[in-house]
Amino acid sequence: MTASDKTLTADKPRLTPKPGTWLGIPPFPEAVKTELQLSQQRKNLSHATHVIREKRVLRASEVENWEELRTAAEQIKDRVGRHLDKYLVQAEEAMTAAGVTVHWARDGEEANRIVSDIAKAKQIEEIVKIKSMVTQETDLNEHLEAEGIAAWETDLAELIVQLGHDLPSHILVPAIHRNRTEVRDIFTEEMGRYGAPAPEGLSNEPTELTNAARAHLREKFLRAKMAVSGGNFIVAETGTLVIVESEGNGRMCLTLPETLVSVVGIEKIVPTLDDLEVFLKLLPRSSTGERMNPYTSMWTGVRPGDGPQDLHVVLLDNGRSDVLADPVGRAALRCIRCSACLNICPVYERAGGHAYGSPYPGPIGAILNPQLRGLDSKVDQALPFASTLCGACNEVCPVKIPFTDILVHLRNKVVEHKTAKRPTIEQGLMKSTTWAMSSGSHLEKVHWGSRMAGRVFRERWLGPMPMPLASRWLQARDAEPPPSETFRAWWRTHREGK
Amino acid sequence: MTAKEAILNKIRGALADVQEADPEVDIPITWTYGTALPTEDIIEDFVIKVEDYGATVVRVPQSDLPVEISEAIRRLGTERLVVPEGIPEAWTEPLTDIDLCSDEGPLSHAELNAIDSVISTCAVAMADSGTIALDHSTGQGRRALTLLPDRHLCVVRADQIVSDVPEGINALKPALRHGLPVTWLSGGSATSDIELSRVEGVHGPRTLYVIVVE
Repeated sequence: MTASDKTLTADKPRLTPKPGTWLGIPPFPEAVKTELQLSQQRKNLSHATHVIREKRVLRASEVENWEELRTAAEQIKDRVGRHLDKYLVQAEEAMTAAGVTVHWARDGEEANRIVSDIAKAKQIEEIVKIKSMVTQETDLNEHLEAEGIAAWETDLAELIVQLGHDLPSHILVPAIHRNRTEVRDIFTEEMGRYGAPAPEGLSNEPTELTNAARAHLREKFLRAKMAVSGGNFIVAETGTLVIVESEGNGRMCLTLPETLVSVVGIEKIVPTLDDLEVFLKLLPRSSTGERMNPYTSMWTGVRPGDGPQDLHVVLLDNGRSDVLADPVGRAALRCIRCSACLNICPVYERAGGHAYGSPYPGPIGAILNPQLRGLDSKVDQALPFASTLCGACNEVCPVKIPFTDILVHLRNKVVEHKTAKRPTIEQGLMKSTTWAMSSGSHLEKVHWGSRMAGRVFRERWLGPMPMPLASRWLQARDAEPPPSETFRAWWRTHREGK
Repeated sequence: MTAKEAILNKIRGALADVQEADPEVDIPITWTYGTALPTEDIIEDFVIKVEDYGATVVRVPQSDLPVEISEAIRRLGTERLVVPEGIPEAWTEPLTDIDLCSDEGPLSHAELNAIDSVISTCAVAMADSGTIALDHSTGQGRRALTLLPDRHLCVVRADQIVSDVPEGINALKPALRHGLPVTWLSGGSATSDIELSRVEGVHGPRTLYVIVVE
């Protein structure tokens, strides 16, 4: 931040709490060194991930054909990915016919601008938000703040993160790294600055904290003119949007404001209404370990007299088409953001979400971020290595993403990317070996060289000598000299009939 | 080039390896849609699953329904009840000391927020997951009606209960194709956002009371 930036910020008071920033978080191997020292966070995470793991396995085991369901989900998502252009066009047509204004955004900036333009055209200065990964990805809230629009998170965990000037550390429970006392302190300190204050003498009981959030947000819901959501599914066949949630904050945002803008990644499409049966069985059981999440909302365009009368959908690419271009890596686009892979991951459990340097942490973050953002930054180059390859994530994933295969594939890509301009010595050697082994005449030439060397050394073994590359190896062991006659030369004189 | 063209072009370029043009031939789906679960007693299963969410469920014969509604309203401590269009008059007739509010008008959000309870029917119910689906047609009111009041009394006919989600989706398809909004309720609103300990009652109705009519 320069001095002039500082004055600028000081002149213009913020509308919403200043959040933490992903910028400046070092690559994973360095970031974990700090994160592992946070003993309270490790305790919170260990408790939370173990509780949710057990719930998931219980709910998954209740479903007799769980494996068939996973296979179906994998097939549906692969079908969509491999024919995404067709399904997107179909979905757009269906949504438009139902009265939705459909926008397309190449990147996060374009999506953010579409949202703020809609708000500005209506002179809206405040919006309520449903928890959405995609708007975390595009950093929509900070864009809106800069445009003079206050964006209020209404999911309890997102509210804790927002009021705590914090960053999310989990896909499903973004404040998983906070315990009840920390939440109490944040609410007591911050709520009054941005709306209804926390009640006097608020205890750290989750029920009391939840009631404080209910009271704080109710006035915001009732006066909001516009809401922003993500979307869990778009049904291409009918243009129906589906959002699953627990608290009812989603229903508030989807029902009360006049205008609703849903920013949805282009991979979120399912072909038919029938396909919902597969995902609505898999998602809650994999995610919160419940048979069903408390609330699911489905809407197909504008319903006169019921809910928002001005509906927008922003279809966001932001690197997804790049992921699609890699036939191995594209399986990551099957993800339905359940977070089962985070909850089972021994690395996530200890490192926590912030070390991954993105709103997508854990195994899914390790395979998604480097593909969405490219391999230019050190943070993204490190992510495919942030795994022990134990494969627990492969087993719990409801859409059967082959995490470890993609991780290994990306490790290879990272190495190739890093060395594209300046090859390592090892790569140089392998390259010359490729040349030598590619034709008989090349090999002859190399043999000629080694025969000459053999004649120089004769029977003398090679000891320590100042030779590039080999010197350290030869310090520890002696090597036989190269033979003065190669097999090919020997064969020429000894083969049968000669 | 518009953003739409740019994105579609990029996608088409990315999918150069996909040779088969028909999605259904390219990736066959080995799943039988709409299958029922072989549940022995579907109604009993529904009751157990809904109760598991902390909601109250009672089973009554058709003839006892108005009496049971009065009893439920008393137990919920209702003072003001919003009654959507299409609720039979016989259901609310005995509620003489309750302020019954109609949504003809319609009620503003602030007015709805000041009403403590709502009564509704449903479109279909799914036993295995303990889910009630509303399609917000007759008897269910627009979405805000079953959202802002704190207590929701929902009347489910036994013949509306199906075994599982696939049959439920099947039953809801006509409504969805007609452009009706659909809301699924599985218990009252809840959160596990603080230390993953479940707290019932956040923004939606904090209490769900279900009457199954046989």
